[in-house]
Amino acid sequence: MPSFVITEKCDGCKAQDKTACQYICPNDLMVLDREKMKAYNQEVNQCWECYNCVKICPQQAIEVRGYQDFNPLGGNVIPMRGQDSIMWTIKFRNGTIKRFKFPIRTTPEGCWNADTIYAGLSEPDYSKIRMHGYFNYEARKE
Amino acid sequence: MEKETCTFSYCQRPEVIEVETDFLIIGGGMAACGAAFEACRWATPKGIRVTMVDKAATDRSGAVAMGLSAINTYIGENKVEDYVRYVRADLMGIIREDIVYDLGRHVDDSVHMFEEWGLPIWKKGADGWSRDGFQARDEGIPSLKDGGTPCRSGKWQIMINGESYKVIVAEAAKAALEYNRKALNIPQNHFERVFIVKLIKDAKEPNRVAGAIGFSVRENKVYIFKAKAILNAAGGAVNVFRPRSTREGMGRAWYPVWNSGSGYYLGMCVGAEMTMMENRFVPARFKDGYGPVGAWFLFFKAKATNAVGEDYCSKDTPEFKEAVSKYGKWADALGTAIRNHLSLEHMKKGRGPIYMHTNIAMQELAKQMDAKRLKHLEAEAWEDFLDMCIGQAGLWASNNIEPDKTPSEIMPTEPYLLGSHAGCAGFWVSGPGDIPGTPSEWFWGYNRMSTVKGLFMAGDIVGASGHKFSSGSHAEGRIAAKAAIALILDEPGYTPTLAEDINALVAEIYQPYEVYEKYKTYSTDPKINPYYIKPDLYQARLQKIADEYFGGISTWYMTSATMIQEGLKKLQLLKEDANRLAAANLHELLRCWENYHRALSVEAHARHILFREESRYPGYYYRGDFDFVDDNNWRAFVNSIYDPATDTFTLKKVPYVQIIPD
Repeated sequence: MPSFVITEKCDGCKAQDKTACQYICPNDLMVLDREKMKAYNQEVNQCWECYNCVKICPQQAIEVRGYQDFNPLGGNVIPMRGQDSIMWTIKFRNGTIKRFKFPIRTTPEGCWNADTIYAGLSEPDYSKIRMHGYFNYEARKE
Repeated sequence: MEKETCTFSYCQRPEVIEVETDFLIIGGGMAACGAAFEACRWATPKGIRVTMVDKAATDRSGAVAMGLSAINTYIGENKVEDYVRYVRADLMGIIREDIVYDLGRHVDDSVHMFEEWGLPIWKKGADGWSRDGFQARDEGIPSLKDGGTPCRSGKWQIMINGESYKVIVAEAAKAALEYNRKALNIPQNHFERVFIVKLIKDAKEPNRVAGAIGFSVRENKVYIFKAKAILNAAGGAVNVFRPRSTREGMGRAWYPVWNSGSGYYLGMCVGAEMTMMENRFVPARFKDGYGPVGAWFLFFKAKATNAVGEDYCSKDTPEFKEAVSKYGKWADALGTAIRNHLSLEHMKKGRGPIYMHTNIAMQELAKQMDAKRLKHLEAEAWEDFLDMCIGQAGLWASNNIEPDKTPSEIMPTEPYLLGSHAGCAGFWVSGPGDIPGTPSEWFWGYNRMSTVKGLFMAGDIVGASGHKFSSGSHAEGRIAAKAAIALILDEPGYTPTLAEDINALVAEIYQPYEVYEKYKTYSTDPKINPYYIKPDLYQARLQKIADEYFGGISTWYMTSATMIQEGLKKLQLLKEDANRLAAANLHELLRCWENYHRALSVEAHARHILFREESRYPGYYYRGDFDFVDDNNWRAFVNSIYDPATDTFTLKKVPYVQIIPD
């Protein structure tokens, strides 16, 4: 189900040095056409339909069209990812619509940094570095 | 054909950037993120630098990039010993029990950290019904660490709201790297979009790694990292066999399409010993979309049958009895491979398709609940796909399939090489050394260190120890990282010295550019040219060889010694043609190297299958010339070492040792 970019909506992330979709795609698929200032998927048959470009696009310019070697036309799935939840709209070929909302995280985005990540966790005990267990955890014994 | 070399006569020489660090983490997935979290805590007070190199953006890299709907390894109220028994039975009796036990006793802390960092985990409410992560929080149900009861889908699995699973775990890893970077005043210790293609050995100690080399997929830069210890967490191999999809759908691999065998290649080419590379995973999944079936089987209690409504896994069938007669007690345990085998037998006899009766399961559950709860159940069913396999939701929508009304086909996929899911292809590593009954030769000083000094392994590429999944890969990254820091502390006088000529390596890495630039104008369309092969066709040729000769979908996973030998001849020519791989841009250069990594991973797989004269994994592959399980001769590990200088493999049998009683 490769991602595609809607011409009218894509602004090439013009205010930034690289496009959001190009930044996030795990498979290096999204590229910016610098002449048109529009992004596109350069290798659709290697797209995992992970939707990370769809979720990150600030213009909501990216959608996914079902792989045509096995998908009939007409269905689509559109996410709206917020700070703590995601909303999904699923449209069936026959017009049926389903909507779902799910939690995605219980902490504020960006709350983990150099100052907070180890706060409140044990200091490493170097006398135990050659043993089982982590710096903060004794391995289970049964 | 004449051999090509890169002299930068046609393509531009890249800028070469050398980075000195102490502990280098290659990869950015769950294992790598776990390693960063654990390593930076131990390393920082001692002045040890930690660096992570990821070929993608860490927020969404690795196998969890899309998200997950469940954590498949959480020991909780169970016993670690029982976890070992479960993994052993599912992997047909051959695992490193010391490594699996070690993972089991550590894994829960990673899950607890995920929840602390913000991953919503489903809980059981007082009424016995499930709560999502927000409902659980709002009702004041405690976290897992504080005694909350998870919503189990199976004995080892727990349900999560995991759309942002990787983002959350990556945030913690990046914070840990920042902690190390700030304390030690390092300009940069997290590199994204840098693809490591080779490890480099130490010039003074022949069996030690000293560095790694790779290139930026964004700029004309080659990076060389020097390190005292290296963690290889670069993942398994996907798109190595011809997939069932023919065109666009080739990207809809069950496992992440970007796992290109780099983890195997990197270790093999410095001579790290491998184990169980004959193993593969062929998951039975919803047909075409490859949506997960675990929650449907385990949580919603759906049943799968053949097309005439028979339970193809029933022990009363002639197919089952025949399986036990050929494959013995491991068939009787009805593990994942055997269930595949039975479904294949029914399909071959004209009783396909195999259906998952989602509709019956949902209707049964609906009888027990009111309208509000039913709505929640429907959301839970869709979330399973939306969290981790969105395309399957799209496929259902475009086929007008509502799971509560219509059953869906399930089908075994093309084969995958990996060691963290229900597979165990990977490297032979040192175990923890403290588990009673472990042979002394299974411990050589540092947990999860390969047979090459300083080279640690974690996640998909640790062999003979599957069923780690996401949590276990994170946990294993932490185990390996801690051991790597111990090695660095033990040898304060060690300075890495690179054994290879850097200029030659840089030229080798950029050769596909040079080849392309040299020949591209010979034909009017650079896509078709007799002097080179583009990476997409290199991949297609590899997949065709693997599929037809090494037991892919086109032969119902059947191969034999003669088929493998013929396929290996064709694979040898393909390897030679790597010298003529051509890249028009950095993206294609990435693909060239990925596909070369795939080719060598496949060769290791084929040679291991050839060596093992039995069919250890019926349902995943069959040796038609040895179509049985032979515990007397082959309940043993098969290990191999690749020598890049001679391009040869040496294989051997290593005795099995059972640590945990039946």
